[in-house]
Amino acid sequence: MPAPRTVPVTGWGRTAPTAARLIRPRSYEEAAEAVRTCGARGGIARGLGRAYGDAAQNAGGAVLDMTGLDRIHAIDADTGTLLCDAGVSLHRLMEVLLPLGWFVPVTPGTRYVTVGGAIGADIHGKNHHVSGSFSRHVLSFELLTADGGVHSVGRGTPLFDATCGGMGLTGVILTVTLQLQPVETALMSVDTERAADLDDLLARLSATDHRYRYSVAWIDLLARGVSLGRAVLTRGDHAPLDALPAGSRARRRPLAFRTTRLPAPPPVLPEGLLTRRTVGWFNELWYRKAPRARMGELQPLAAFFHPLDGVPHWNRIYGRGGFVQYQFVVGYGHEDALRRIVARISERRCPSFLAVLKRFGDADPGWLSFPLPGWTLALDIPAGLPGLAAFLDELDEEVAAAGGRVYLAKDSRLRPDLLAAMYPRLDDFRDLRARLDPHGVFVSDLARRLAL
Amino acid sequence: MKDAFGLPQSLLVLGGTSEIALATARRLIARRTRTVWLAGRPSPALDRAAEQLGALGADVRTVAFDALDADSHETVLGKVFAEGDIDLVLLAFGVLGDQAHDEREPSAAVRVAQTNYTGAVSAGLVAARALQTQGHGSLVVLSSVAAERPRRANFIYGSSKAGLDAFAQGLGDALHGTGVHVMVVRPGFVRTKMTAALEEAPLATTPEAVATAIELGLRRRSETVWVPGALRVVMSALRHLPRGVFRRLPI
Ligand SMILES: Cc1cc2nc3c(=O)[nH]c(=O)nc-3n(C[C@H](O)[C@H](O)[C@H](O)COP(=O)(O)OP(=O)(O)OC[C@H]3O[C@@H](n4cnc5c(N)ncnc54)[C@H](O)[C@@H]3O)c2cc1C
Ligand SMILES: NC(=O)c1ccc[n+]([C@@H]2O[C@H](COP(=O)([O-])OP(=O)(O)OC[C@H]3O[C@@H](n4cnc5c(N)ncnc54)[C@H](OP(=O)(O)O)[C@@H]3O)[C@@H](O)[C@H]2O)c1
Repeated sequence: MPAPRTVPVTGWGRTAPTAARLIRPRSYEEAAEAVRTCGARGGIARGLGRAYGDAAQNAGGAVLDMTGLDRIHAIDADTGTLLCDAGVSLHRLMEVLLPLGWFVPVTPGTRYVTVGGAIGADIHGKNHHVSGSFSRHVLSFELLTADGGVHSVGRGTPLFDATCGGMGLTGVILTVTLQLQPVETALMSVDTERAADLDDLLARLSATDHRYRYSVAWIDLLARGVSLGRAVLTRGDHAPLDALPAGSRARRRPLAFRTTRLPAPPPVLPEGLLTRRTVGWFNELWYRKAPRARMGELQPLAAFFHPLDGVPHWNRIYGRGGFVQYQFVVGYGHEDALRRIVARISERRCPSFLAVLKRFGDADPGWLSFPLPGWTLALDIPAGLPGLAAFLDELDEEVAAAGGRVYLAKDSRLRPDLLAAMYPRLDDFRDLRARLDPHGVFVSDLARRLAL
Repeated sequence: MKDAFGLPQSLLVLGGTSEIALATARRLIARRTRTVWLAGRPSPALDRAAEQLGALGADVRTVAFDALDADSHETVLGKVFAEGDIDLVLLAFGVLGDQAHDEREPSAAVRVAQTNYTGAVSAGLVAARALQTQGHGSLVVLSSVAAERPRRANFIYGSSKAGLDAFAQGLGDALHGTGVHVMVVRPGFVRTKMTAALEEAPLATTPEAVATAIELGLRRRSETVWVPGALRVVMSALRHLPRGVFRRLPI
């Protein structure tokens, strides 16, 4: 193994850099060796670094870049089960699985995440209201624990539930057995409609979400007054083969995975590109160009699920100061809290691109898993916005008072004393870690900041 | 750990009774800071400062620290860092001296230099190494506008701050890319006990204003901060004045 380099590490939001020894194991033995020898400041697994905050960084210690362990070991094309290394990306899985008629069971808004990261954050996709979070489709995994040993971890065990959503703090996931989702084509059949305001939006989502496997609303948080909360809903499902026009190219190669990538923005961009005005224009344009209602449009998977992946390193547009993503969920019955928060964000005039609103279905058992049945809203905000720290603290209060929580994979600034209220199983998580990892081998900046 | 806005959870003040430092601590406690170490020469004032910050909800401890006793810095600061990570070290100690007196009494002038410069070199290096080991943290150094160009009226203090300022800039470059951030703060005239006996200078400001500027600088990960900000322009003009003109200025 080449000598580890000490490098500054950040999450996708590019805030709060800290230095760590970056180690890239190429075998399970190397990973175990790295855990055994990581020293007083411990280690943490890292996937593709798409967590926005400090979950996959470890100041002064070791960061295990797991993307070197990315083999796909076995695919059962009849039952749709997959055995792969945790460092493989969902992008790679799509390339390999789609031609076989299978798709990942849950995909986030980017396919550049690893399977390990998907379990560590117990990620959700546009199908959460139907399919739950990623862990629901995980049959088992192998976990490298603090003692350097490897454990096979099955569903229904405390270690499984602590690890799904456990932000890498129970150990390093090495391999994963996953149940896949069958598809007939690599296209999506998409219905688009506009909602004039927040009430209209909530009503539409509540009334008809159950008809769609995938559902999300893009909400314009700069809209005010009667347009407050206006949004575009895009909902759909995998297109069945017979939905593709006979004789078309798509029909001839229905399972071809097509993606486009634009050039990346330059590494250094001036601050202040994203102002209230430019973002306001963008949101306005985007709302106006959306059809009032369009049914059954065929879209490539990548366009439907991962529009941002078309621009590599898009996080650079926020400049040197980086940005914060705020994502929270409040349960059904707490729509008032949601309305108040949307109104406050709009009043505050945060230069926030389209935010995403979605309904969650039943929760999965992960102790620190984020989703609970209710409404989730996610928005990006430049970190340099004056007064943002205090403003988000106020939103936290609203969220916590409504029994909701913020998403740790996106967090970079939550007040630690709110955590226990948001995650009632936190004590169980801490107890299990204290027993499994008494010397605190696994630790991250997130864990230090929030005393996880 | 610092959060996305550079707000620290733990703070170590070197020069624990400094009014500027205490205003900064109050501000940071109102945000995220929960652990505060006040390092300074033991005195009732130090204990009082700890009590006052404690009343704001922080866990505050004092530790005996003398800038002039460089040999002890390793041990004293080592003990603090052994208790847990420090997100922000605020190097605030300093003495103004008495220019007229110190010109006549070289040993007094040397004490100014030893406190403000060599004491800070020692404590700064010790703190920097500890921060580097933890892989994160900010070292905020209270320099002064006086460091920018020596003035007839206080060049002993000014030269000690010039040394400190140059040292801190170099340290910042040395630590670039190590996860440790060094920020040099250059206040103008700040109304504190240090300047109580002096006539107020133009653009005079308050400890609270310095605290606000430090909070902003942390968020931006700035390397240099002037307080008030207008001094950046004023000083860059003054810096380029010919010697003969500068000498005759009533400053
Ligand atoms: C554009 C964009 C859109 C997104 N959309 C969504 C979304 O719709 N839904 C959603 O849920 N999330 C979303 N996310 C967040 C992202 O899915 C999660 O942060 C995910 O964890 C990132 O995976 P990663 O491989 O990059 O992991 P990293 O960011 O590198 O790490 C994330 C966490 O997983 C842990 N981890 C990584 N690998 C392992 C391993 N092998 N063993 C143990 N722990 C491990 C890390 O320790 C860390 O705590 C989005 C992110 C971006 C940038
Ligand atoms: N006030 C201004 O106008 C101004 C302007 C620019 C820069 N600054 C700089 O800002 C810093 C803080 O100033 P301030 O205005 O807050 O002054 P202050 O209230 O007088 O604080 C000075 C601090 O330095 C400490 N100190 C002095 N000698 C020490 C030693 N040998 N060992 C340990 N601590 C020692 C003092 O501790 P004791 O209680 O033990 O004396 C006191 O805590 C200083 O470095 C100053 O030079 C001030």
